[in-house]
Amino acid sequence: MNFKFSQDQEMMRDSAKRLLADLSSYAAVHKILDSEATHDANLWKQMAEAGWLSTAIPEEYGGAGMGYLELAVLAEEMGKTLACTPFSSSIYMAAELIKAAGSESQKATYLAKLAAGDAIATVAYAEKGRIDAAGVQVKAQGRKLTGVKSPVVDGLSADLAIVSARDEEGVSLYLVNLADSKVTRESVATMDRTRKQARLSFNGVDAEPLGKAGQGAALLDAMSYKAAALFAFEQVGGAQAAMEMAVQYAKERYAFGRPIGSFQAIKHRIADMFVKVETARSSAYYAAWALESAPEKLQQAASGARVMGIDAYAFAAQENVQVHGGIGFTWEANPHLHMKRAKHLESLLGGAIVWRERLMRSLEQAA
Amino acid sequence: MDFNDTPQEAEFRAEVSQWLSQNAKLRSESGGMMSMFAEAEGGELRGEAEWEMVRTSQAWQRKKADANWGVITWPKKFGGRGGNIMQQVIWGQEEAKYETPANIFMIGIGMAGPTIMTHGTNEQKDRYLQPMLRGDEVWCQLFSEPGAGSDLAGLRTRAVKDGDDWVINGQKVWTSGAHYSKWGILVTRHDPSLPKHKGLTYFIVDMESPGVEVRPIRQITGGANFNEVFFNDVRIPDSNRLGAVGQGWAVSITTLMNERMSIGGGGGLFGGDNGLGSIVALLRETTLDGRPALEHDAVRQKMAEFAARFKALELTGYRTLSALSQGAMPGSESSVMKLAMGLLIQEMAAFIMELQGAAGVLTDRQDTLMEAMWQQAYLGIPAIRIAGGTDEVQRNIIGERILGLPTDIRIDKTVPFNEVPTGPSKKG
Repeated sequence: MNFKFSQDQEMMRDSAKRLLADLSSYAAVHKILDSEATHDANLWKQMAEAGWLSTAIPEEYGGAGMGYLELAVLAEEMGKTLACTPFSSSIYMAAELIKAAGSESQKATYLAKLAAGDAIATVAYAEKGRIDAAGVQVKAQGRKLTGVKSPVVDGLSADLAIVSARDEEGVSLYLVNLADSKVTRESVATMDRTRKQARLSFNGVDAEPLGKAGQGAALLDAMSYKAAALFAFEQVGGAQAAMEMAVQYAKERYAFGRPIGSFQAIKHRIADMFVKVETARSSAYYAAWALESAPEKLQQAASGARVMGIDAYAFAAQENVQVHGGIGFTWEANPHLHMKRAKHLESLLGGAIVWRERLMRSLEQAA
Repeated sequence: MDFNDTPQEAEFRAEVSQWLSQNAKLRSESGGMMSMFAEAEGGELRGEAEWEMVRTSQAWQRKKADANWGVITWPKKFGGRGGNIMQQVIWGQEEAKYETPANIFMIGIGMAGPTIMTHGTNEQKDRYLQPMLRGDEVWCQLFSEPGAGSDLAGLRTRAVKDGDDWVINGQKVWTSGAHYSKWGILVTRHDPSLPKHKGLTYFIVDMESPGVEVRPIRQITGGANFNEVFFNDVRIPDSNRLGAVGQGWAVSITTLMNERMSIGGGGGLFGGDNGLGSIVALLRETTLDGRPALEHDAVRQKMAEFAARFKALELTGYRTLSALSQGAMPGSESSVMKLAMGLLIQEMAAFIMELQGAAGVLTDRQDTLMEAMWQQAYLGIPAIRIAGGTDEVQRNIIGERILGLPTDIRIDKTVPFNEVPTGPSKKG
């Protein structure tokens, strides 16, 4: 049994840390928060140049052909620094769907572009927030899509969307070029303005089927377990960062003649953050290992990691605001960035209720 | 990253498994999990059944020692196997699959032994380690006092030098197994005029000495695993002092660090890869408000949350041990395990009792799920949250030693111990 990332993976982490320390400081995140920019374009470009986007894409499609453990290392560091890029939409979600369901020519066409950062892709699966397949109302007729998807993370910046739509076979996936004039994009207000979201309206736009007709729900479901494992690392990274911010502040802030971290009311709250971060971290490691090496364990492992990750990040982020007191309620301070990102990550792919039910089903199958 | 055995680990596991299969009986399906909460039935606090348990436990330890499985991690020169901590974990996982007697050697092998190895004289090592490892002599721990629990260094049991002996007077409490132990590890105060941590001295005491009186404490479980131990002019030869006079605190820390280390293994507690699988199966058969418990979403949600936390703790335990096995220094990470596990089991026990309807409160084995195991757990778990460092102490350890938060302001550390304020009834 070995819970460590390899030396090469740790070297990758070190270089990721350096790049993110330079380009994704809290000040840089605040800039995206206060601007209308869809994402941090310079950071995105540097990530692409450093080869991050190509990590888990096979070499024959222009990728680096490494594995999910490497992607997990990057996810944790991006989560820690609140990186404002479409990495998760384009790589954990869209690229994985194309890898799983794309034809040879689709893989050859799209994966190389995504790997190089020449195109951004996202997955448009929600309609008025509803994410289950039964709620899909966007229609596909003769390879043309009509209807509205909302919210779509990175829908403002993406070149390409994978859209779930209803056709004669049920729910199927389609690739849509978002630059098409028959697509309207609107910004939708979201509490986490560092990850902007869109409403996409399709007005009879041309669409290319991805995967077998009628398999849309199953494909999205399979993708969601992979993405959940990777998002768990963003959640653990974010929770760790929120906890470290609380520790730092509790050491520096004095009240009643002593640092507030010397009071057990504060110390014990932060200790509870640590317990949640560390247990969520163990669960995330297990899910990453399952994703890479033990697919038969992925459903249970990823469900567990998601349940633990959601809870750890929400708790650490919310209690970090509390530890900061009044300053924590200001826009200029940093704690709210994590509080909002925690809720953003929870809102994707279904929240804790959905994933606890999934975990229960996998336990029933095993019992 | 790999959660499977390495080839060496697999080979070791096979060796363990082969020996166990030839020397013990496999557990039945339902038994096993959390046997730590098992209580002797009936109202009798002490009796022949308990002595039978002690003898069976000693016989099993002797059998293991004869085959060089006595203690996996002790060095060979002290009679151990010279193995590593992952091998200890594997042993624990495999042994948990078999019906084996209660382990009454945790204090000796897990705590007193390593303390003697670190601080003892050669004579002490020669005298005590072999019989300890073979299970011939059982050990108990005499640390806590009625007025010194979380604040252990506030203990008041006095040691006064008299010729080549020390004379001990005072009272200890929460001593597991004192009534069947041959030896105790004892921390005393030899000088109340020194600051609290500096006036302590550590001894090995013969529990059969004149003046040692052991009285059972009846717990909220109804059982009596613990004792009060009174010392009335008990004489201990100076050759039984462990460490220098005044070094009692440092020696105690060695003992307590090893207490944390010895919680590893955990194979018996976690029931393998499927975590709570057996409970999920049972909830199919359990009717709640007219339909199977497992069809209630509230039950599904709660059980899934428990399962996620349970698995996360199992993994965290292994993660800590795997880091130790790769040469990391033993730190304070096991505080996470202890803190989170106590709280989780308490919540689970309360919930699973609720699912049993009118039988929720019963300790009767017939009418309850899993032979009242969760009821027993519910009664036993407060001890887990209090003993070996309370939840609050664990949070201090995490906050201060792991995260580097400032310590509380202390008024008791630098003044002479006999000037530290006390409650109305205690005077040092």
